[in-house]
Amino acid sequence: MTELSLHRGISVHRIGAMILRYWYLLMSSWPRLLELLYWPALQVITWGFLQLYIAENANFFARAGGTLIGAVILWDILFRGQLGFSISFLEEMWARNIGNLMMSPLKPIEFLLSLMIMSLIRLAIGIIPMTLLALVLFHFNVYALGLPLIAFFCNLIFTSWSVGIFVSGLVLRNGLGAESIVWTLMFAILPLACVYYPVSVLPAWLQHVAWALPPTYAFEGMRALLIERTFRTDLMLEALAINAVLLVASFGAFLALLRSARKHGSLLSGGE
Amino acid sequence: MTENDKASSRPTVADRISSAAIAVDHLVKVYKQTRAVDDISFSLPRGSITGLLGGNGAGKTTTIAMIMGLVLPTSGRVQVLGHRMPEDSASVLGRMNFESPYVDMPMRLTVRQNLTVFGKLYAVKNLADRIAELAEDLDLGDFIDRANGKLSAGQKTRVALAKALINRPELLLLDEPTASLDPDTADWVRAHLERYRRDNNATILLASHNMLEVERLCDRIIIMKRGRIEDDDTPEAIMARYNRTTLEEVFLDVARGRVNGAKEAAR
Repeated sequence: MTELSLHRGISVHRIGAMILRYWYLLMSSWPRLLELLYWPALQVITWGFLQLYIAENANFFARAGGTLIGAVILWDILFRGQLGFSISFLEEMWARNIGNLMMSPLKPIEFLLSLMIMSLIRLAIGIIPMTLLALVLFHFNVYALGLPLIAFFCNLIFTSWSVGIFVSGLVLRNGLGAESIVWTLMFAILPLACVYYPVSVLPAWLQHVAWALPPTYAFEGMRALLIERTFRTDLMLEALAINAVLLVASFGAFLALLRSARKHGSLLSGGE
Repeated sequence: MTENDKASSRPTVADRISSAAIAVDHLVKVYKQTRAVDDISFSLPRGSITGLLGGNGAGKTTTIAMIMGLVLPTSGRVQVLGHRMPEDSASVLGRMNFESPYVDMPMRLTVRQNLTVFGKLYAVKNLADRIAELAEDLDLGDFIDRANGKLSAGQKTRVALAKALINRPELLLLDEPTASLDPDTADWVRAHLERYRRDNNATILLASHNMLEVERLCDRIIIMKRGRIEDDDTPEAIMARYNRTTLEEVFLDVARGRVNGAKEAAR
């Protein structure tokens, strides 16, 4: 696998081979499969009951029904999307298989595309039951958001891939000693992306930082839809533009980190 | 034929390099203050088996990693099957393969699943037939549907070898191919490698600490020490030069710095 072969053709067969590899792994391990369902279900139940409690005691939130539970579902798309990407990558590091892949005809872009597709598959396994649970227990139908849901989803998943690509590059360069970044980086975004509260809550200077993050636009857009019943196309387009920049930047960073890993011999060690 | 014709039909240095399976030219790798590989050059003709010998830290693994494109050289160049590495690796990675103790096959996947995934990555045609052929050749039948993590060391080595051969590589790079194997399995693996080279005119470069293995398999030996090439010749010529009857004795001479004394005694 070489960063210099980017311009040559992308092979659907090689991407398919990698997806098959992760599918075999997922199907061979029920704890891995269970974990995909467990955390999203726990999240939606906890926050769903909190939403019920608040709705019974506050008029504003009663009118804004679903903003909390909707935020939890969208946050999980962002967080689980990145984890789905990164865990598939980490599986290669844990299995000491990365050298086999780097020595094979698999190209970095094909590797990353297969990780993106796997993040969608893993996300679907966890999020679809979560949304059904929200519907049954709390009568919140996220699918009733309609087409805007697709816009929210796309923007969140693009950000999750950008973060996933960047942290995978860091792990490739620094070995499994950098693994904790995979689990923690997204939580640095959580307060700034204004998942559970509007951007206006933040101090003025911090609002500029928040608006630099595409998820902020998705969460603001969701609140506008649920509270004001308006779909903010402008927010989605701005988020899309920032996401495009982030995706290109993260891919560039991945290639630079891969090159640095080759330079420092990290691909041979891969350890701590 | 005139002198000019003879001169033009004689292979030039450039021809020899481009027709070689591996051509390494003034290769250097420096990690911070350490010169892991220090200005080495060699070229391996197609169809040869060459042993890379040396103690721990001699630079064997780094050399192989640079040939594979896993490590970037500090300076110098590597050409594999006529293509520069790593710049043109996309043209050549499908024609080579490797086995190393530094990498594993995914443990939870069965042998068949692993070979299927790698077969698809290497775009192997008639993959099911190729896996069946390898299972027959390498005696994988009893455990082909067992998870890789549940295999013995010997079985895992055979699976790693099957992965290394899945694409019928023209060039095979092996780092300690029989490490941690019992003598019977190790002998069996060596026999298979010899047969593979003979049947496919494949080029094999192997790094090993097992002198008997190198003596049996290799028609050329490159001895490395502290990142440099200490000697490079046929096993017989090297043993004669050091006045030794086994490569193990030569290895000890080199490792313990008795090189000049041994060569002097031979004279």
